[in-house]
Amino acid sequence: MKLLTANFLSCAVKACKSSPLSFPLHFKDAELASKSVPYNPVLLSNLLPRLDWPALVTSSKELGFALPDSKPDVARISTPSAASSPSDGDDTAMSMGATDEDEKTLRMLHKVLMETEVVEGKMVCGSCGFEYGIHQTVANFLLPSHLGTLSYHDRLRDTGLRYFAEDSRTCEFKI
Amino acid sequence: MVETEETLSPVCDLPAPMKEYIIHFAQVHETFRKPELESLATLFNIEYKLLYYSDKTAFARIALKSNVDARKLISRSILTKDIYELWGSGYTYESLHADIRKRTSHLWHLYKDPSFKFLFKSFNGNRPESDKRKLIESFSYLGFDGPIRMKNPEELFVVMEDYEARSIEDPSRFAALNLDFEEIAATPSCNPTHLPEPHQLYLGRLIGTSNRDAIEVYDLKKRNYIGTTSMDAELSLVTANMALVSTGKLAYDPFVGTGSFAVACAHFGGVTFGSDIDGRMIRGNRPGKDLRSNFEQYGIMDRYGDMFVSDLTNSPLGRFGSQEGERSEQIFDAIICDPPYGVREGLKVLGSRDPLRPKVPIMKDGVAQHTLKDFIPPKRPYSFDKMLDDIMNFSSTHLVPGGRLCIWLPTADEDTHEFSIPTHKNLKLESVCIQNFNKWARRLLTYTRTSDDHSESITGEKLESGTTLDIGSAEEKFSRTADALNPFRRKYFEGFKTPPSEEP
Repeated sequence: MKLLTANFLSCAVKACKSSPLSFPLHFKDAELASKSVPYNPVLLSNLLPRLDWPALVTSSKELGFALPDSKPDVARISTPSAASSPSDGDDTAMSMGATDEDEKTLRMLHKVLMETEVVEGKMVCGSCGFEYGIHQTVANFLLPSHLGTLSYHDRLRDTGLRYFAEDSRTCEFKI
Repeated sequence: MVETEETLSPVCDLPAPMKEYIIHFAQVHETFRKPELESLATLFNIEYKLLYYSDKTAFARIALKSNVDARKLISRSILTKDIYELWGSGYTYESLHADIRKRTSHLWHLYKDPSFKFLFKSFNGNRPESDKRKLIESFSYLGFDGPIRMKNPEELFVVMEDYEARSIEDPSRFAALNLDFEEIAATPSCNPTHLPEPHQLYLGRLIGTSNRDAIEVYDLKKRNYIGTTSMDAELSLVTANMALVSTGKLAYDPFVGTGSFAVACAHFGGVTFGSDIDGRMIRGNRPGKDLRSNFEQYGIMDRYGDMFVSDLTNSPLGRFGSQEGERSEQIFDAIICDPPYGVREGLKVLGSRDPLRPKVPIMKDGVAQHTLKDFIPPKRPYSFDKMLDDIMNFSSTHLVPGGRLCIWLPTADEDTHEFSIPTHKNLKLESVCIQNFNKWARRLLTYTRTSDDHSESITGEKLESGTTLDIGSAEEKFSRTADALNPFRRKYFEGFKTPPSEEP
């Protein structure tokens, strides 16, 4: 789980969809890893407008990173080949047009957004307190049945329809 | 290469700045070719006019504003090979030469000195090398004095030959081609099903090449981690093109599996996210064999967003703007998916099989079971049509305006009345492409998220005559077998047989 991703996720429980407390999810017992990833300033400058900055600051703090309080202002970098398949590792060509200050900001964003990952740990909803586990960097948002698919079940109950349990084995069929 | 934007002799119905080009397509996945080109033109904001296109031939004529546009349009295309500036066209070599003189004689001096090479590209036919050499010599009036270089010439001129099928039955067509049917029937040709002489000729100057070599790079055979249902490299890349994925755009695959689409989106620069209901697919079966290892193999880790375990009907995607305090669900520029057909893997969604089960945590030895690390939530079988509903609604919710949904759907082709193209008020259908297999087919549907909002969801639209499958039929709700919930799966195991009553 990256900070980048956490910036787009809130609690999966239906009842929390109306509570602002469910975003961002709070990291708990996070075990971090940092992996070197190719620096891609064009991608970062495109990503920046999409980020919810205050939420990113909150999440970063939980993982021990300090970010400026307001969203840095970086001009969109575009290269002639920006929209075509990017050439890998061609740092110098891709950074053209960015000032030193921009460069510094983008390097910092690169480290926080792209290189840092929570390998093991939990993400906790500030509204209902549900804890989502993170295992081998993969977060699990599946809900136990008492929290998930409420509406569908309720609908079935309303219509008074019943399922037949004996068919269950057929459904597991695999080839 | 000589850079000139000098216009050729004007072609009658083209507005002034437009020039004619020839696109050489790969003769595969024909129904995908035009939609891919349209998508790329949209992505790069290129004005174009398709002058001639047919699924039956590899050569298409297109009008574009400049060589720059031409090069860009083709640069990341998967289903085309190259694009050429049109120097002339004709039914015979005589008319081809005449057309070249008429169109390009004022340009010849520009190519007097650069090194060059002539090449043949024949479609549905061929001729001996000695004939080719003779024909190339017939172009000597162009007066190119530069060295002929077989490797990396500055200018590449290509003679394109298109051989028509012998099966054409239209006498007026034969007359137009100046052919005698009797004579043709008696003449041998290298391709027995096609005419011995080409019916259409072009001369073109190479302007740009496509991204078709990426197919080789992402070949599944050489990929570190794949599964039984991994989409092949070619169609994954085409799908990413249709979804307009580009640098820094956010792409998402809700059925990511082993990440074929994720890798393709990353190839084109998109930051890719994916989720699957089965975390084992993402994590892989042994160390070094997981979804991430594919990104490492291709050196595209800078575009690896994240993978997580989630279910479409209870997705964690969405957030509250910290400033506005309002919930925003629109996140992705592209949603790409090949939903499970339910043949190999069976369709599942979270939930208990028993709808009457009380909504309380399951306790065992005083511990709520769902808090245990190895807890596997219960899953219940899922109707394919219900899943489609969910995907359409999900995409309408999570795509930004102008964002694209690309979805692959299987169909047992014979019974067209069972397939209806899903529609959604907020999703505009862009294209339907078909890949035919022997007994079944799959379709790639591409939609664009509209900028206006309608809260209403799906209505079924009929593809062809017949009755639309009633998605919410009582029968579906009552029956719980995988076959009853999934007509395609049932057909698959029945061997796509026609019911006896429908046989002639």
